[in-house]
Amino acid sequence: MYGNLSITEPAGADRYAEDPEKLAEFEAKIERGEKIEPTDWMPREYRRQLLRMIEQHAHSEIIGALPEGTWITRAPGFKRKMALMAKVQDEIGHGQLLYSAAETLGKSREQMLTDLLTGKAKYSNVFNYPAMTWADTAVIAWLIDAAAIINQVTNAKGSYGPYSRALERICTEESFHLKYGYDNVVTLATGTKKQKEMVQEALNRWWKPIMHFFGPPDTVSQHTAVLMRWKVKIASNDQMRQQFLDSYVPKIWELGLTVPDPNLRKNPDTGQWEYSDPDWDEFWRVINGNGPCNKERLAVRRWVEESGAWVRRALMKPDAQYVAPLC
Amino acid sequence: MEHRAALEDLLFRMADDALIYGHRNSEWTGLAPILEEDIAFSSIAQDKLGHALALYTMLGQLGHPDPDTLAFTRQERQFRCCHLVELPTQDYAVALMRHALFDYAERNRYRLLEQSSFAPLAALAQKVRGEIKYHTFHASTWLRLLGREGTDESRARMQAALEMLFPYALGIFEPSRYEDELRASGIFAGEEELRQRWLDEIIPLLEEAGYRVPPLDSVQPCYGGRSGYHTEHLQPLLDEMTAVFRIDPSAEW
Repeated sequence: MYGNLSITEPAGADRYAEDPEKLAEFEAKIERGEKIEPTDWMPREYRRQLLRMIEQHAHSEIIGALPEGTWITRAPGFKRKMALMAKVQDEIGHGQLLYSAAETLGKSREQMLTDLLTGKAKYSNVFNYPAMTWADTAVIAWLIDAAAIINQVTNAKGSYGPYSRALERICTEESFHLKYGYDNVVTLATGTKKQKEMVQEALNRWWKPIMHFFGPPDTVSQHTAVLMRWKVKIASNDQMRQQFLDSYVPKIWELGLTVPDPNLRKNPDTGQWEYSDPDWDEFWRVINGNGPCNKERLAVRRWVEESGAWVRRALMKPDAQYVAPLC
Repeated sequence: MEHRAALEDLLFRMADDALIYGHRNSEWTGLAPILEEDIAFSSIAQDKLGHALALYTMLGQLGHPDPDTLAFTRQERQFRCCHLVELPTQDYAVALMRHALFDYAERNRYRLLEQSSFAPLAALAQKVRGEIKYHTFHASTWLRLLGREGTDESRARMQAALEMLFPYALGIFEPSRYEDELRASGIFAGEEELRQRWLDEIIPLLEEAGYRVPPLDSVQPCYGGRSGYHTEHLQPLLDEMTAVFRIDPSAEW
């Protein structure tokens, strides 16, 4: 699961300075709809932005596994327990796939995980919020995964081959998550009074992070024409947010649930959804490390890195040989 | 039905082992030393939950309630799992060593059950054979990677885990009062036969992988689980597992 986070613009135009002939060839290839592969020539800035984006996405998958992962041991009943296990396992698998895609751009998984812990690399903001009840996991699996699919289906049209292929596979799995999440939400929304309250409260809690999911409004988000032309960035944050609202708000209402925004409506004249300001100051506070769970999430990852270091040291033994399983 | 009590006792032992062990393995999702192990432990956990579900379903067909009721509403004293599967651990060496000790026992148990006179159990044993093969592949690979092929540090950690867990592992084979009946009826060859087969397999495997197996006559097995007496760790596990279910056990979740 992943939301648009940050493609930062470099200072100084010289970052884009490249051999004009190679650059023209590269851009023509993208223009023709061909994919760029790891061994192809690519502009430095293309490599930098992509690596940053794929790395953030990979981190989002493994951090995103944590809020839902804590509910595996509490899932009510066999069906939910097994499904949630499989879902969170998928998210870790997406991380594995994306770290591999990012590695093709020249950075090792170990280095990426180190940068995650030092705060140098970011992950999707939404995972800095807690999953307080079982119903939160239902809302996450439905709506956060739905938002992630919109983002990922869009980005799968991007120009970098390994990322694009990884996203296609990820989207297939995410679509199952969405079905699982929807089924879970429907069960709660049509269940007992207590269950309905649980799911409504969870939706209320998650609405703001969901609105933040696609990133700041286009008016403040900087995306240059170059990144669009190189098909690193495909659609704008607001375009994707509108697509999400269009697809899911009616489904939320259909279930008898309400959205905690009195101003949310589709303007019949513009065809655009209008909504209250979802508190972008909070968005920036959380991105900058001061969300409800930022420190906890990184503390868990730090525990993983430290407590498992001995295993990785054993695996990295220089004279280690391939070990075939014993029957 | 003849031998009903003996059969049910066996099914509860196996189902409760699979449920609790699967639950414990699922705790590693997101926390294992490498991502590939998050995935592997989750896969194994899902398989084990599947085995538990199949066994509780069998009990349902013998007149017991549905699997969710059996798994999520019984009291701690009604569980028949062994102590080995109950132990909490944040030490990956312990998790891996338990995995090896337990899954080699599972493999041998199901092998014996392929001959069971109780047809549903024999059919299940055939079905899970292919799954357990990968569980033991995984376990033996890691035993060697962190043992003979590993570092002094990894060997020492795994050896310590083995010594800590060995008495618990022998507790898997706590005899039941139905041993003779299970054997005579052809339902199951019995815990002693299983224990012997397991020892014949696990001791050479551990030694080959670079570990010292504690001398058997020096180890007192941890018994009690099979008659409903558990470690202090089972009740908190059940409290956690049933936390949401208990909000309204009659609701559909």
